[in-house]
Amino acid sequence: MILKGKVWKFGDNIDTDAIIPARYLTTSDPQELAKHCMEDADPAFITKMKPGDIIVGGENFGCGSSREHAPIAIKAAGVSCVVAKSFARIFYRNSFNMGLPIFESRELMGAIKDGDEISLDSAKGIITVTKGNKIFSSNSIPPFMEQLISDGGLMKHIGKKRKESRV
Amino acid sequence: MGNTITEKILMAHTDLKEIRAGQLINAKVDIALGNDITAPIAIKEFQKAGGKKVFDKNKVVLVLDHFTPNKDIDSAQQCKFVHEFAMEQQVTHFYEGGQVGIEHALLPEKGIVLPGDLVIGADSHTCTYGALGAFATGVGSTDLAAVMLTGELWFKVPQSMKFIIKGKMPKWVSGKDLILNIIGRIGVDGALYKAMEFAGETIGKLPMADRLSMANMAIEAGAKNGIFAPDAITKEYVEPRAKRPYKFYSSDADAVYSDTIEIDAGKLEPQVAFPHLPSNVKGVSKARNIKIDQALIGSCTNGRIEDLRIAAAILKKRKAASTVRLIVVPATPDIYKQAIKEGLIEIFMNADAVISPPSCGACLGGHLGILAEGERAVATTNRNFVGRMGHPQSEVYLASPAVAAASAILGRIASPEEL
Ligand code: SF4
Repeated sequence: MILKGKVWKFGDNIDTDAIIPARYLTTSDPQELAKHCMEDADPAFITKMKPGDIIVGGENFGCGSSREHAPIAIKAAGVSCVVAKSFARIFYRNSFNMGLPIFESRELMGAIKDGDEISLDSAKGIITVTKGNKIFSSNSIPPFMEQLISDGGLMKHIGKKRKESRV
Repeated sequence: MGNTITEKILMAHTDLKEIRAGQLINAKVDIALGNDITAPIAIKEFQKAGGKKVFDKNKVVLVLDHFTPNKDIDSAQQCKFVHEFAMEQQVTHFYEGGQVGIEHALLPEKGIVLPGDLVIGADSHTCTYGALGAFATGVGSTDLAAVMLTGELWFKVPQSMKFIIKGKMPKWVSGKDLILNIIGRIGVDGALYKAMEFAGETIGKLPMADRLSMANMAIEAGAKNGIFAPDAITKEYVEPRAKRPYKFYSSDADAVYSDTIEIDAGKLEPQVAFPHLPSNVKGVSKARNIKIDQALIGSCTNGRIEDLRIAAAILKKRKAASTVRLIVVPATPDIYKQAIKEGLIEIFMNADAVISPPSCGACLGGHLGILAEGERAVATTNRNFVGRMGHPQSEVYLASPAVAAASAILGRIASPEEL
């Protein structure tokens, strides 16, 4: 999978309350949640961004609550993937389980500014900054988790396994 | 090479003979929890995957505690959806209406989670049950759906960090202050992906309520779980509540830790986490001129009877400052009843406190105590992120019940020593 888009930079410790404030959790409708994506970190984000754009975060992206509404809001807003220096563990888990591609890169953040275009080769774990053609590598993903993504998330993966065991 | 308590509990829930940090495993789950925010997504995923019956109706726990008593039509719809699922599945541990307590106070109190258990919850503070010597971790709704379907889940065995606490805790210093201090030292990602194991002579004497507050906030350091080796204090708490067998595990002497950190609790003063991170921690003496508009005593961190007793002892025959809204939230119906019995509720009401029903409402900025633009609260909760308790331009300071009560009286952040 090759993902290409403009980046929007955020800082360290972007928490789930910033990604999708609790006041909007009275629904789990992805389109409703998408309207408030990143609202408490940057209220204008949702009006500025275009489908396919990429969020780049610092350390511990997605810390805080276990709410899956956070990756759901990001995905439904049309963000193609998130790259961060590191991810909070429940957010990391949730993203794989629901099929939002995420990548770890410690170097990318310092090499780009808002609006730069990057492309990611998810299979190779290679990130290219279009202008200047700078190349960075992203952490490799354990085979089991790659399997989750290629099966389309945890529930589809389980469905597949259950079907296999019945045959 | 020995194993940590975390590794041992995880291994006991697999067929493996050996287990090491970093390993990906599939493990059987004893208890799986969801609430009115996270269960609806899990139920939809469960149904989408063709799920007909949950793996065990005694092991799925559903607590409608976040936007309840129903805040608005949307939250009422969410609760109704979970209610119907619980009825259809005949879920044993389903709590709504007057039976609702804040989930992480309710489950230990009811003996639903026990030492040695492997517990997952679609709520990040599921790590609270580590206080009982269980492996308990917060996951997402899809994980909950997977467990409801299969009774199993994938885990990466975490490395463990050991915190050795020594020294006698000074008056007014509690488990809450210890954990705030630890988060202040290591940062909000200081234990990322890891287990936080609490040990040492101070921990051996620490009451269960304090252990629950500490394990509760392990997630605030990024940890997968927080854990205490069960002991006599655990047994005393668990024995009258347990309706099934349970097991005590402990770490081997030669277990491997990624870090070992020693802390002298004798040198601590009450701690305060400044906005907007739980790691912005300072001693209360460095937080004195901060005026507050609201004081919240409650939540899964500090809404237990022991917390209310401390707050009541300070508020007795005193009043909250006229500029402060004081809100007290007994975490469960049993705590509420006990507080009435002991006269604590009367003390709070005489101090001009609002008594909230057991609910998460105010803690997560849902309802029952929202902050306006520019307002400041001192809260005994666990998170002070931007917008956590209301307007994005409001502020939350995290502290113990003692500090929150003293602050309510003086109208600014204060230590009980100042009264
Ligand atoms: S009291 Fe607060 S932290 Fe605890 S479960 Fe409820 S919302 Fe979450």
